[in-house]
Amino acid sequence: MCNRRLLCLGAAALACVIAFMTIGLRGNIGFVLSLRAAKLAALLQVSVSIAVSTVIFQTVTNNRILTPSIMGLDALYLFGQMLLVFMLGGLGYAALDSQLKFGGEVLVLMALATGLLLPMLRRRTDMELMLLAGIIFGVLFRSLHSLLARLVDPNDFAVAQGASFANFNNVRTDLLIFAAVLTLMGAVIAWRARHVLDVVALGADAATGLGVTWSKTVTGLLALVSALVAVSTALVGPVAFMGLLVAALAERLADTRRHAILIPAAISTAIIILVGGQTLFQHVFGNSSTLGVVIEFVGGLVFLFLLVLGSRK
Amino acid sequence: MIRIENVSLRHGSAEILHDISLTIPKGGITALIGPNGAGKSSLLSLIARLQPLQSGTISIDGFPVDTTPNRDLARIIAILRQDSIVASRLRVRELVGFSRFPHSRGRLTAEDRVVIDQSLQQFDLADLADRFIDTLSGGQRQRALVAMAFAQATDYLLLDEPLNNLDMYFARDLMRSLRRIADENGKTVVIVLHDINQAGAYADRIIAMKAGRIAADGSPAELLRPEILQAIFGFRMEVADMGGTPVVLHFR
Ligand SMILES: Nc1ncnc2c1ncn2[C@@H]1O[C@H](COP(=O)(O)OP(=O)(O)O)[C@@H](O)[C@H]1O
Ligand SMILES: [Mg+2]
Repeated sequence: MCNRRLLCLGAAALACVIAFMTIGLRGNIGFVLSLRAAKLAALLQVSVSIAVSTVIFQTVTNNRILTPSIMGLDALYLFGQMLLVFMLGGLGYAALDSQLKFGGEVLVLMALATGLLLPMLRRRTDMELMLLAGIIFGVLFRSLHSLLARLVDPNDFAVAQGASFANFNNVRTDLLIFAAVLTLMGAVIAWRARHVLDVVALGADAATGLGVTWSKTVTGLLALVSALVAVSTALVGPVAFMGLLVAALAERLADTRRHAILIPAAISTAIIILVGGQTLFQHVFGNSSTLGVVIEFVGGLVFLFLLVLGSRK
Repeated sequence: MIRIENVSLRHGSAEILHDISLTIPKGGITALIGPNGAGKSSLLSLIARLQPLQSGTISIDGFPVDTTPNRDLARIIAILRQDSIVASRLRVRELVGFSRFPHSRGRLTAEDRVVIDQSLQQFDLADLADRFIDTLSGGQRQRALVAMAFAQATDYLLLDEPLNNLDMYFARDLMRSLRRIADENGKTVVIVLHDINQAGAYADRIIAMKAGRIAADGSPAELLRPEILQAIFGFRMEVADMGGTPVVLHFR
């Protein structure tokens, strides 16, 4: 029964992809198609990385309200980027190969995020504390980011702005190949870990009793989460509540926490929201720039709803 | 054989276990008794490497618990914790199925399914197999957790107060099942019990703990005596003899 739900989700996602590629084709079709394909590739990668990173993060932290971006991971990524600009100078930064830079940024984020979060996850800290810590992390890194932005000279600042101003409409297609490799690797690792993730969801003691080496496994999973967050933040910039929206919807639509179902369900949901939403806004409302705002608004409502629901229990 | 040598445990300034050395040979049922806070659960969780050893060594069949790969240990020893919290969106069959993870890494084989079904049958869970855990009564959930520990099919089974929430029928049933796997399959069971008469009736050996130390250790006949029980629990209780089984009248 779960699988039928998953098939429906997958079919809907596929329909969104086809609609995105074909609706309103005009003019030089080959050129338009190649433009759309590049954008589609980026949106698909973002869908996969947001869906997979959020599901894994929620399983490891054992709650449904926190997501990597609510814990400030994307702010941390932008901060790391600004730090690079600050240290290398705008020219030095701009001169670096963009793939190389991105690779470096991914590694920095993986190290920082794992180092910061691991102590909290040693013993699963309670939700309130994690949420508080996440908000503080987020504010801290955003403030450090703007502090550095004031310290660098205006030309360097422009470089950094350009790097961090990606959004759903202004996708960084120059990073596409490298990001695609990372996303694919991340998705394969997550898929292979699906049974381990089911066991991790039982908690540290039960998982240890069943032969999972808790700290090693959790470290690996966090590194995976931060690599995927780096991918989506680099391609489309920070998205605060998209992950939450996707994970909450996918869990209800698939009606299971088994990762063999949940991970593909979350990816499909993310594709439906991003690619479908983009198509809808572009061709029906004639204005795609508001998609990000709408996703954040709905995601924010879901966040509040889950918080209220959680505090009632 | 479980070999425990000079194990101590501290939480901050409190010393929870004081230099415990103990050998539990392979086969048979060993009951751990003692007042609340004596350190029984702490000792079990150290044996099952749920918390790191601070000093001393513990080995199972010669495998040190702190250096043996976790997956290998999970095929030798299973533990049921006293306060197992279970994710609620799980069906009973799924929960019991997790116990096969150390053997088949999540892809259930035909053999796994046989073991799971046997375990469900054994604890009268066949009718409840497709129910969600959070819709069960406390006793039913406890049985599901015991069934899970059983289905892990390890030589050593550590059970921390498994009789909690069980009615008389299922408490007796569980103790008889444990006796059977110990006698017929050569399994080693270490079980924390508060019902001292269950310990007297089913255990081969009783180890009493008090304030982080071993207070007494012996067969039920040796241990269940008024003066020993008074030293452990702090009040006097009579012990009657019912056809060779000592019965402690702790409720009077
Ligand atoms: N994580 C902990 N931090 C501090 N003290 C603890 C912790 N876990 C157990 N203790 C203390 O250790 C003692 C032994 O606890 P426990 O092993 O659970 O006893 P038992 O199972 O015999 O009732 C108790 O005094 C308890 O308060
Ligand atoms: Mg206890």
